Amino acid sequence: MSKKLFLSGNEAIAFGAKLSRPHVIAAYPITPQTVVVEKLAEMVSSGSLNAHYLHVESEHSALSAMMGASAIGARTFTATSSQGLVYMAECLHYASGGRFPIVMMNANRSLALPWSIYGDQRDSLSLLDSGWIQVYAEDAQESLDLVIQAYRIAEDIRVLTPVMINLDGFALTHTYEPVIIPDQEEVDAFLPPYANPNIMDLQHPRNLGFSSTPKDNMEFKYQQHAAVLCAKDVISDVDAAYGKRFGRRYGGLVSNYRTEDAECVLVTLGSVAGTVRAVVDEMRKEGKAAGLCRLRYMRPFPEAEIAALSATNRAIGVLEKDISFGYEGAVYTNVNSALLKAGHASPVLNFIGGLGGRSITREDIRSIFEDLLAAERQRAIDPVRFVNLGVAAHGR
Amino acid sequence: MIKPKIQRYKQPRTISEYPVGPSFQAGHLVFTNSNYRTFKPIIDITLCVGCLACYATCPDGALFRRGKKVSIDYDFCKGCGICASECKAKAIAMKKEEPGRNE
Ligand code: SF4
Ligand code: SF4
Repeated sequence: MSKKLFLSGNEAIAFGAKLSRPHVIAAYPITPQTVVVEKLAEMVSSGSLNAHYLHVESEHSALSAMMGASAIGARTFTATSSQGLVYMAECLHYASGGRFPIVMMNANRSLALPWSIYGDQRDSLSLLDSGWIQVYAEDAQESLDLVIQAYRIAEDIRVLTPVMINLDGFALTHTYEPVIIPDQEEVDAFLPPYANPNIMDLQHPRNLGFSSTPKDNMEFKYQQHAAVLCAKDVISDVDAAYGKRFGRRYGGLVSNYRTEDAECVLVTLGSVAGTVRAVVDEMRKEGKAAGLCRLRYMRPFPEAEIAALSATNRAIGVLEKDISFGYEGAVYTNVNSALLKAGHASPVLNFIGGLGGRSITREDIRSIFEDLLAAERQRAIDPVRFVNLGVAAHGR
Repeated sequence: MIKPKIQRYKQPRTISEYPVGPSFQAGHLVFTNSNYRTFKPIIDITLCVGCLACYATCPDGALFRRGKKVSIDYDFCKGCGICASECKAKAIAMKKEEPGRNE
């Protein structure tokens, strides 16, 4: 029987990992991810989780160890955050290029300098091009469910690509909510044991991770691209299969709320979507047709789903805890590109908020929606806006 | 010693003919591993006393036994000269390779 526990996002991730029966776990603790690795270490030492737990000296080593273990046919789990994620950046490309189906949790946290342990999404978004599948959870239940789903997606023979599950630091990693823990037998039936033809095996020895000259190298990159694109179908199949067995479906690459008849839609990702949903309901009561599109996956990018949001006289906003200095937010660049390809003619605005852990309040979101509703009338405006900057952006 | 045979490289014609990621059956050799050699060891078999010092110290296993003496598989010899310096009988000389021999 499944049971219900009162868990933080971090603890939900640890339970999700435990239920997925990883053979090897290697991680280096870092705020705000620490509870994940503490919890897993407890499970391993108490014997409730039968896995090898490796103490490593850095995040770079953690992911390197995961690749080694994955190469001999082990299911692997690791978790990191912020500086740890960028420290393992070299290995992220190695893992995706080597087609190792590793699952990793990342607690979204600001990058130094100025030093900060608080949340924003600049860590993972700066690694969008690392070849990993990237998914952003909204709550603790989804976090747990995502770990189990991530293994089935990553290990699918058509995909064989690592998955990074992102949770907003503190806002999601450290807040508690009731979480349904699925039954182990049900998870075992949903998630078959790890099988990969490309593993080291004494009976069938293979070379792994070799170099390739310009004559063939590009084909391997093309393969990676095709595999991540192919993951779109796998993700929606897995979402459907999970819903059928466990009764929870999340909608695949995106999760929309009241978008059909919306006059303006706010696209965002992560835990702030919960607040946006509440504001959408408030605005609807006042007769203002607001809607929400929550991006769940950033890679593969939900191009068709974003294109489907385009409508005449519908302003679209993108709210993200990220900025690519000197241009705009990376999420906005992606969303805008899909909308432009679909011929979207109404304004598309970028709202940069929550950098370095600043809260994004109901009032902030309400004023974002008001900006979107007014955008059609004031075309020649700067589409990139900072939410709640605190001081005037211009002047001395 | 088991040595892989040289097999001609077959250029894949479709993307599905490529392995999934850099991964392929071990021991599939498409060219000799010695084309960067600048000096070549030559054994004067009349001086060789069959002590096997060279055989034991060659880092690439390029020397093999022939009767009571030794011979070199030049497909795997990298020309490091260790064998020549280990041979007490001075039976191995290092001879400069012809320039451009691999072009
Ligand atoms: S030159 Fe080096 S590689 Fe060649 S046979 Fe002698 S020891 Fe072996
Ligand atoms: S070391 Fe010299 S003498 Fe001894 S086996 Fe080799 S070539 Fe012959």
